[in-house]
Amino acid sequence: MPDLTEAFLELVRLTSTDLPPDVEASLKRAREQEAPGSAAQSALDTILENVALARKNSTPICQDTGTPIFYVQHPPGWSTTKLKGQIRTAVAEATKKTYLRPNAVDTITGKNSGDNLGDPAFPTIHFEETEGEDLIVDLILKGGGCENVGAQYSLPNGRLGAGRDLEGVRKVVLDAVFNAQGKGCAPGVLGVAIGGDRGSSYYASKEALFRKLDDENADSELAKLENRLTQDANQLRIGPMGFGGETTVLGVKAKSLHRLPASYFVSVSYMCWAHRRRRMTVHGDETIYE
Amino acid sequence: MQKITLPIKDDVIRALKVGDSVSLTGVMITGRDAVHKWMIDTFVKKSRKPAGDDAEVYEALKPILDGGAIYHCGPVVAGLDTGAYSFVAAGPTTSIREEPYQGDVMQHFNIKAVIGKGGMGPKTLEACSDVPGVYLHAIGGAASLIAQSVQQVLTVHKLDFGVPEAIWVIDVKDFPAVVTMDSHGGSVHVEVETQSKAQLDKLLAS
Ligand code: SF4
Repeated sequence: MPDLTEAFLELVRLTSTDLPPDVEASLKRAREQEAPGSAAQSALDTILENVALARKNSTPICQDTGTPIFYVQHPPGWSTTKLKGQIRTAVAEATKKTYLRPNAVDTITGKNSGDNLGDPAFPTIHFEETEGEDLIVDLILKGGGCENVGAQYSLPNGRLGAGRDLEGVRKVVLDAVFNAQGKGCAPGVLGVAIGGDRGSSYYASKEALFRKLDDENADSELAKLENRLTQDANQLRIGPMGFGGETTVLGVKAKSLHRLPASYFVSVSYMCWAHRRRRMTVHGDETIYE
Repeated sequence: MQKITLPIKDDVIRALKVGDSVSLTGVMITGRDAVHKWMIDTFVKKSRKPAGDDAEVYEALKPILDGGAIYHCGPVVAGLDTGAYSFVAAGPTTSIREEPYQGDVMQHFNIKAVIGKGGMGPKTLEACSDVPGVYLHAIGGAASLIAQSVQQVLTVHKLDFGVPEAIWVIDVKDFPAVVTMDSHGGSVHVEVETQSKAQLDKLLAS
């Protein structure tokens, strides 16, 4: 098994400093849709300028570099203990190189660890053994401001008139977008999970964010829901930064999970415009980043 | 994009309306939770006596804040060991935490522009009418760009509050922001919330 510490460090650098092409393209389209000279357009101009500058100087797109969430798919026979060790070393090194801000705070003592390494759950690393020959590692840096506006609902919800069906799901997700206003650094991307228990549901809402903005959901019902939610959310006209305007969300990614007969959870993870998501594939001697 | 130079005159403030994009040039300070509390306790309400270098810092700040700007920001700063400070990342932090203090601080120092993100409440809006002043919304997440607009870190006061909480005196050029609360009672935050609530009710009924 090769030592991939350097490769992981590059994955972190790329994720923190270079916004993925699909997100940037979507922000550019959003910019074209805003009224010329509007506050919304000016916010998007500033955002796009910042993205270009961060890429050029290899500096963090946003100073809040968030929780690193790794999702590792590995072929049979790889040691997850070793991979975990290499990822943690790379995260500490990336913090030293200021690609990441020290973000791991001990909840009891209030002390910041200084290197982004906390208990075993910080950074978050999820492993999955797969049939293929390649090692595939996805990384998201999930900021705090937008994490704070995430929400979970238990259906039915009387206040919103939301029942246990996809129509009910639509209603509660719109309520979450309304409550977030611009505070999650809109325009955001919504990861939505339906079903599961409270824990698995929130986790799946994060997993949904690993999908590219332009990829269509394989489940036609969920694909319809994603499109409808994107349209409806944008009709709220909260706009970039909450300044009012055409684009409140760049997209919605949904996922469904089996649930208990007694429960029907809907979890919404809000990802800010700084949707820092990258993938690394190790194929033989080659490492590919996208 | 309207260019504004610090310090700002009353007629310039009165001409600004919510939704205007501006770019700021001049000397301003950063200040967040610890600074606001210190200002209120020591100089506005005078519930604690000035101690240490308090009086000195106060005198140094007065001319900068008279007609000036305060930025809600906890920067990432390089050069902490050498004293050759520079800003690496300097996006805005959430402003609403300063709502209990901001209006009084504006009145006391004649602050014309409060810069942050997320907007502020009725007390600050009232001070914007009286002083007069504006709330300028910086772009959340635009940390590299805003750091780049900081030409020079002139000095730092109260470093014992911690790096993010200290008073950094900075010289900025073309700092981008949007007026979201003006001196005529206008607030984009109130407008957008009201309007989006009406829209939400419609979408829930459909
Ligand atoms: S919500 Fe995102 S863009 Fe906004 S400050 Fe947090 S990490 Fe940065």
